[in-house]
Amino acid sequence: MKILVCISSVPDTTSKISFTDGDTKLNKAGVTYIIGPYDDYALARAVELKEQSGATITVLNVGGADAEPQIRKALAIGADDAIRVDVEPTDSFFVAEQIAAVAKEGNYDLILMGRETSDYNSGVVHGIVGEMLGIPSFSPVMQLDVNGNEASMTREIEGGKEKLTASLPLVLGCQEPIAEWKIPNMRGIMTARTKPLKVIPAAGAALTSTEKYSLPAPKGACKMIPAEEAEKLIELLKTEAKVL
Amino acid sequence: MILIFTEIADGAIKKSSLEAIYYGSKVAEMMGTTATALAIGSADAAELAKAGNYGATKVLHAADAKLANPNSMAYASVLAETVKNTGAKVVVAAKSSFADAVTARAAGALKAAVVGNVTELPNLSNGFQVKVSIFTGKAFADVNVNGDVKILAIKKNVVAPVESSDSASVESISPILADNLFAAKVTETIKATGTISLPEADLVVSGGRGMKGPEHWQPLLDLADALGAATACSKPVSDLDWRPHHEHVGQTGVKVSPNLYIACGISGAIQHLAGVNSSKVLVVINKDPEAPFFKAADYGIVGDVFEVLPKLTKAVLASK
Ligand SMILES: Cc1cc2nc3c(=O)[nH]c(=O)nc-3n(C[C@H](O)[C@H](O)[C@H](O)COP(=O)(O)OP(=O)(O)OC[C@H]3O[C@@H](n4cnc5c(N)ncnc54)[C@H](O)[C@@H]3O)c2cc1C
Repeated sequence: MKILVCISSVPDTTSKISFTDGDTKLNKAGVTYIIGPYDDYALARAVELKEQSGATITVLNVGGADAEPQIRKALAIGADDAIRVDVEPTDSFFVAEQIAAVAKEGNYDLILMGRETSDYNSGVVHGIVGEMLGIPSFSPVMQLDVNGNEASMTREIEGGKEKLTASLPLVLGCQEPIAEWKIPNMRGIMTARTKPLKVIPAAGAALTSTEKYSLPAPKGACKMIPAEEAEKLIELLKTEAKVL
Repeated sequence: MILIFTEIADGAIKKSSLEAIYYGSKVAEMMGTTATALAIGSADAAELAKAGNYGATKVLHAADAKLANPNSMAYASVLAETVKNTGAKVVVAAKSSFADAVTARAAGALKAAVVGNVTELPNLSNGFQVKVSIFTGKAFADVNVNGDVKILAIKKNVVAPVESSDSASVESISPILADNLFAAKVTETIKATGTISLPEADLVVSGGRGMKGPEHWQPLLDLADALGAATACSKPVSDLDWRPHHEHVGQTGVKVSPNLYIACGISGAIQHLAGVNSSKVLVVINKDPEAPFFKAADYGIVGDVFEVLPKLTKAVLASK
């Protein structure tokens, strides 16, 4: 089985977000980058499938050279080789186009990625890739098993979940609890250094561009209500906040 | 023309989709055109006509029995075909993981620009620009949308619909449904019944590890019941199986933007805040006055949830 795992490189979830250059660029100073948390689940499940029944895992990132530490981490966790499409991932359609081009070349049985990135949270890349390849796509997938050519999955739906089966090849947007995040061990880190990482150019053009960034207005002070008079809260929510 | 991908639940248009229709009709007004709702699945014609109250002039209804259950691939095919047939240039959907799956495949088929988490009406003064929420609500980006077809997924509560008495004409459509759209076999559906849908809810009561265990949830459920609120939880709570996974809110869970979010025994970690920070009013109940959540809150009560919750429930019931 050939698995392609697509990873994004995003600011750590605890990062304070700020902007520079007249609010046109993300301020990367002091920001730690990580593998997208959802992509990390997809990668972890791919490694488990490889351990269970044998598979090769290619990890794919659409991004600049500064994403390479995250790619090396994915290799250390258990991917076999890596591809980086050398372009800033600025637009969902554009990123999907790059992934679909790589996928067409490689004939993968499973294309896994997170349900969404944690920067733009759009949650559409897997679907666009599936459509471009003419194969089914499902998201958000919270459980995945593969038996021969059949995948059985659990997908989250509003207010619950549904179990489904489909034949490979498939594109899946993954989320917990599909697997537990994996931490690379020393041996993994050593071997990752020599695993192949191919850098290829992008094709096509982005359909959207960000003109300016902004931060939400700061919150006013929190109004404290003594616990002994907790019932006053309901009155305030009615008359002052007007949400009840 | 503006086309609105309209989700149906229990035979009626979902509340979030009515917001999307209203948003779409406002965009149509700005662009000097009309708004049409695309409804897929079984629904009452009278229910569908309500799209008119929210500004749609027409509803296209695909009611083929094969479409009775939500199927993102089949729905996407219907959406893409309808965009082609109607020549719609802008598609609006209410953001949900199902709508994302549908609009994504439609975008792939149409080579459309797709932007999610739109928080305002577009700015048309120089091209087509929308404000989107990024980093799960920590910031915003003004995005220029350039494709020939543009697909916008809007966040909940970005417009406050004003209902009119206008009604929309309902027209049946019979899209082509290829067999391979039904390649997946759904073997089981597990759905909470009789509960209020979390992403749709205006009021949410949410519990964290401070609730101590699943056997202690009753006071929280009682308040939610009294308010008619949906229930939610923090990530550790769903990881521990105290509550079902679909209730998990935050950066790696459901993102909600209700009018009111009441956090009970939740510390307010940055990843939790990321999923709830666009709520209109945030209430925090925590016994630790230093809990970070208070910094993000509008109203706070320092106290034991098990003492505070029953008081709130009593006050809600008394004020009815
Ligand atoms: C990549 C990543 C993604 C994450 N994504 C999410 C996410 O999507 N959603 C999420 O929620 N978390 C997420 N987390 C986890 C997050 O960092 C926190 O660990 C989590 O939100 C804490 O949950 P909690 O507030 O319920 O528990 P705790 O942090 O343990 O807080 C419990 C709180 O309850 C209070 N308390 C205890 N007893 C009482 C009482 N009797 N009455 C009143 N108050 C009481 C305590 O003072 C404390 O503040 C993520 C973490 C990472 C690393």
